[in-house]
Amino acid sequence: MSKNSITKDLQKDMYYHMALARALDDRMWILNRQGRAPVVYSSNGHEAAQVGSAFALNRGEDWIVPYYRDLALVLAYGMTPRQVMLHLLGKAEDPNSGGRQMPAHWGMKERHILTTGSVVATQDIHAAGLALASKVLKDGRVSVAYFGEGSTSQGEFHEALNFAAVHKLPVIFFNENNGYAISVPARKQMAVMDIAARAEGYGMPGVIVDGNDPLKVYEVTREARERALAGEGPTLIEAKTYRFVPHSSDDDDRAYRSREEVAEWKKRDPLITFEKHVLDNKILSQAEHQEMQKKIKDVVNDATDYAEQAALPDPKTLGDFVYHQ
Amino acid sequence: MAVMTYLEAIRETLRQELRRDDRIIVYGEDVGVRGGVFRVTEGLQAEFGEQRVIDSPLAEAAIIGTAIGAAVNGLRPVPEIQFSDFIFPAINQIVQEAARIRYRSNGTFGVPMVIRAPFGGGVHGALYHSQSVEAFFAHVPGLKVVIPSTPYDAKGLLAAAIQDEDPVLYFEHKAAYRSLKGDVPDERYLIPIGKADLKRPGKHVSIITYGLMVSYALKAAETLDKEGISVEILDLRSIRPLDVEAILDTAKKTGKVLMVHEDNLTGGIGGEVSALIAEHALFYLDAPIVRLAGPDVPAMPYSPPLEHAFMVTPEKITEAARKLAKF
Ligand SMILES: Cc1ncc(C[n+]2csc(CCOP(=O)(O)OP(=O)(O)O)c2C)c(N)n1
Ligand SMILES: [Mg+2]
Repeated sequence: MSKNSITKDLQKDMYYHMALARALDDRMWILNRQGRAPVVYSSNGHEAAQVGSAFALNRGEDWIVPYYRDLALVLAYGMTPRQVMLHLLGKAEDPNSGGRQMPAHWGMKERHILTTGSVVATQDIHAAGLALASKVLKDGRVSVAYFGEGSTSQGEFHEALNFAAVHKLPVIFFNENNGYAISVPARKQMAVMDIAARAEGYGMPGVIVDGNDPLKVYEVTREARERALAGEGPTLIEAKTYRFVPHSSDDDDRAYRSREEVAEWKKRDPLITFEKHVLDNKILSQAEHQEMQKKIKDVVNDATDYAEQAALPDPKTLGDFVYHQ
Repeated sequence: MAVMTYLEAIRETLRQELRRDDRIIVYGEDVGVRGGVFRVTEGLQAEFGEQRVIDSPLAEAAIIGTAIGAAVNGLRPVPEIQFSDFIFPAINQIVQEAARIRYRSNGTFGVPMVIRAPFGGGVHGALYHSQSVEAFFAHVPGLKVVIPSTPYDAKGLLAAAIQDEDPVLYFEHKAAYRSLKGDVPDERYLIPIGKADLKRPGKHVSIITYGLMVSYALKAAETLDKEGISVEILDLRSIRPLDVEAILDTAKKTGKVLMVHEDNLTGGIGGEVSALIAEHALFYLDAPIVRLAGPDVPAMPYSPPLEHAFMVTPEKITEAARKLAKF
């Protein structure tokens, strides 16, 4: 699994962010089941794909355009657990939207995380546009759109790929293929087996990667980034992965997939396999691991407490920021 | 100062703006080599290169969506939709994204972009090359909508739209492109968005309108002047935001309001203007507000008699204003 180019420190940090995302995600579900958080969208199962790709970028400088699935991604990109919790609970201090958007609608300018709405695939075109500006301004940035496989049925996904390929834009289209769009399986979504196959029709490389292996995801994302910076244009990456929990806290996945199928995928839970990797290869000592787990627990508790105590938005701000002010 | 057509005023403003600010890019279908199907962008690619005047794929959502991304990342995009009739594939990007980005990010992101689109009929464009689509967008907070009626305004409003930090839709009437001429100063100037223009003072009837209809209303006013009917004309110029003060002022002054637009009647801007007057100036009125607008049929038909029947003409305006004056 290990590659020389990925230092031990980097792997340690990757593992930390994957474990942090999982722990924060678990906490959000608890808050939801206790009636303290209205809705949760999870990255549970997608952590390797999200963290592996984020670490291959110039974090905070390259643009990412996430979707609601990307909790681990935004954490790896510098959003703090407190900020995530403020967003979950719709508090005034939420840096994503000041409590205006529903949870998991990320966006933070100072980290170059573009604001995102709910309408799937709209963000793909925005990433192409960010990259268009980068090409004109020669600012050395790459933009990455993240999206589910179901959303690739939308016309805007196709328009984005085509536009980006024609203009050889420094952009990466990063698909997190978890096999389902809510309840609809990929085989009812498209007549091809792989999202990556769509790339050929637009004249760009399509790369399939094991989305449960953060190091492999890191490698392919790095390569795509180098291509982009060399002026060779976009790449479509398909990270094959699985979500271990329902689509959202309002969904019940027992209605559309068997427990056996979920159990089969869980054998390859990226958090567990990567944990084994970092421990077996002495990237992380047992003592460090325990310390890290304690730290994560503290951070999650702190974030929860902080956000719960934070103020809600003032209704007087309802009319703010309709236009520039 | 030079005499220019409406179209030339737009082109020269684009040129002046492109020279002024390297961050401005112009793109859309056929705008580069061909200079646009109406030639509005003719010569711009030759002067500014393919990086700044871009022939885009035939995909409106992609044009607007990439403009949003480019605007966020530091450019000032001025995308063109070839005909306003074809803006609908991009409505998702305009309404759900461009209009809401500032609000949903609590003021941290903004989309400074100007969407230019030719609109309007009377040019044998039939259903899909004649539409007036402004009311759809005027309904949406977060967007601004401007419609110039003269070459002078075309310049000042375009420069102001480019200067604006928010998304602006800039609609250009196709029939105005070459039919309207006027003085346009050489230097850059801005016409504030949201300010109406009193085109002609009058005593008996106020016509409130915008776009090509302004010149038609002026013709009607001349005819009526000879009959002793004095017509005041207010050019809205911006339909979101509306210049409420100017609307109420003219309504209070003459007490008789004729609202004119080519867009169809129901749900058009005329309804909004009428409501404002009813709410704030009812007791100044001497007659019911009259709306003269395109009929409520899905879009403008092709065959000349049908097209003519659809169009609001100087004659129809004259007749409606005369009737109102005699009320
Ligand atoms: C245009 C649009 N239609 C429908 C929805 C409702 N919806 C939200 S998520 C979703 C499924 C998306 O599946 P996929 O793209 O595979 O992403 P995943 O959630 O599996 O990561 C649907 C149908 C939406 N948000 N946008
Ligand atoms: Mg999916």
